[in-house]
Amino acid sequence: MLWITLFASAACVASAAETINAAGATFPAPIYQKWFEDFHKAHPDTQINYQAIGSGGGIRQLVEGTVDFGASDMPMTDDQLSKVTRYKVLHFPTVLGGIVPTYNVPGAASIKFSGDTLAGIYLGNIKKWNDAALKKDNPGLNLPNEDITVVHRSDGSGTSFVFSDYLSKVSPEWKTKVGVNASVNWPVGLGGKGNEGVAGLVKQTPNSIGYVELIYAVQNKMDYGAIKNAAGNFVKADFNTVSEAAAGAAKEMPADFRVSINNAPGKNAYPISTFTWLLIPDKIGDAAKKKSITDFLQWMMTTGQGDAQGLSYAPLPKQVVAKEQKQIALIK
Amino acid sequence: MGTAVVTAPQQTRSRKLVKLLRDGDQIAHLVTFLFAASVFLVTVFLVYELWIHSGPSRTKFGFSFLTGKTWDPVAEQFGALPFIYGTVLTSIIALLISVPLGVGAAIFLSELAPPKVSNACTFLVELLAAVPSVIFGLLAIFTLVPIMRRYVEPFLKHTLGFLPQFQGPAYGVGYLSAGLILSIMTFPFIISISREALLSVPREQREAALALGATKWESTWQVVVPYARLGILGSIFLALARALGETMAVTMVIGNDTGIHTSLLSPGYTIAAIIANEFTEATGDVHLSALVELGLVLFALTMVLNAAAQLLIVATTGKGSKQP
Repeated sequence: MLWITLFASAACVASAAETINAAGATFPAPIYQKWFEDFHKAHPDTQINYQAIGSGGGIRQLVEGTVDFGASDMPMTDDQLSKVTRYKVLHFPTVLGGIVPTYNVPGAASIKFSGDTLAGIYLGNIKKWNDAALKKDNPGLNLPNEDITVVHRSDGSGTSFVFSDYLSKVSPEWKTKVGVNASVNWPVGLGGKGNEGVAGLVKQTPNSIGYVELIYAVQNKMDYGAIKNAAGNFVKADFNTVSEAAAGAAKEMPADFRVSINNAPGKNAYPISTFTWLLIPDKIGDAAKKKSITDFLQWMMTTGQGDAQGLSYAPLPKQVVAKEQKQIALIK
Repeated sequence: MGTAVVTAPQQTRSRKLVKLLRDGDQIAHLVTFLFAASVFLVTVFLVYELWIHSGPSRTKFGFSFLTGKTWDPVAEQFGALPFIYGTVLTSIIALLISVPLGVGAAIFLSELAPPKVSNACTFLVELLAAVPSVIFGLLAIFTLVPIMRRYVEPFLKHTLGFLPQFQGPAYGVGYLSAGLILSIMTFPFIISISREALLSVPREQREAALALGATKWESTWQVVVPYARLGILGSIFLALARALGETMAVTMVIGNDTGIHTSLLSPGYTIAAIIANEFTEATGDVHLSALVELGLVLFALTMVLNAAAQLLIVATTGKGSKQP
């Protein structure tokens, strides 16, 4: 009996606050959890629950209307948007991330890759570390005459989506043979589950190469390579070079924010970078809910951005924030 | 509940109570019937759901889904053969290792070991059976895979390299490592259940064999083990079921490659592993329903193997000593 009373009172407390349900991407989940918690502290009457079930799951749940808003590492496709008839979905970029090549080559600490070379390795065309293409990117570096063991993500992920999108942009062969998706038909290589699976395989297997999120590489103090950007410079990923990629792309930002910032212009722009988005309906029937969500978006773009670097994400460039703030007015 | 009714001293009670108990009988009958029916209903519901949600994939690919070798989410071309192959192959490797190991250990623990050793070992075995599979997966990644790559696989290539099964680069991850980790995960089941089966063989059976002049081993191998055959087979099929459906540990060590390879050292894929890997991020309708159809295939595969198991039991029962 006591338990029932306790549960009942707990339910009452919960229902007094506006409860908003959201689901989606795992990559930004750490900062989203912190944001929703901090926002709840500042606005005790709003409680946002976030389920990190993956970008695909977030989009699906939004389309089916089981959550109030979704989150994704990849923008929704036209096909997916056309399935939502009751309202339009607005894309709100929240933070930025980069994807870095990590490798285990004895004797070579810092390796540079041009886009073509990276695509060649992942297509299986470049099989040895001392291949002419790799030697050309790394003059003076003594690369071993060993087979390259390629490692990719086995689970469908926004990381793979961004990586395959980058390879499609720099390699016509990748575009026609493999294409872009959260999971693709990898021509070569071993699959590791999650960032930790890829990192584990690369660490253990001599002469291997993989790709992980910048955050993961930074937090685990892993070595990673520089990549040649559109301006022709070899750039290593960090918060500044990733933010610069976003600033470079911001000038030509489409009105709906569905943009790939891979291979962005800019002298120091890191070429494998991405936004991650919140997917918000433009019609929210419940007035209190609408106010909570728009309040949160405002807060996220101002106070919230301050949390980004501490959690190893790159914050949004100012031009993008200004543009997004205008989009908030579209929520009716 | 049934035993309580049977052992109750009914004759000394009043008629009213007898009637009440009879009614209780019927209530118990109904309640337990509903419980049993729920198993059936859940199974039917499961198949129904899998069937409905795999619709787009079934209409697009038909039976070619089972023979297709391509898994391309971008082009939306899906075939299940690499996964069926990987699932069956890793399960076979697992059972080839865990059955002799498990049954042998069970014979020792039930027949030959001193009771103290037997009890201690059984406790450990049951502890092993309760370890979550992700722990086995992590153990495999950090311990088994490096050992396989550095020592076991080069050794196999050196000694058995003339066979196509032991050729190709030694990555450490692949069918063989997945089979090995599955064998470690399944053999506690085999030991635990086989031991129970062996212990439940009546003393008279052993004594009769010994009285006829059999040695201890002859009595164990020719009388006790055949008598406990059903239980031992049951344990093997439970192990098989676990091996077929195991997800986390396998996906961490199998290498997740969608090709079909002869070499046991090559990376491969299983049905459960690809569902776990791709389900959360599958956005295309066909992709999603192809994954659901894989679930249906796994269900059918389990059914077929279970049916084969039943047939095997029917075929072998009747020969040898009669079962209780």
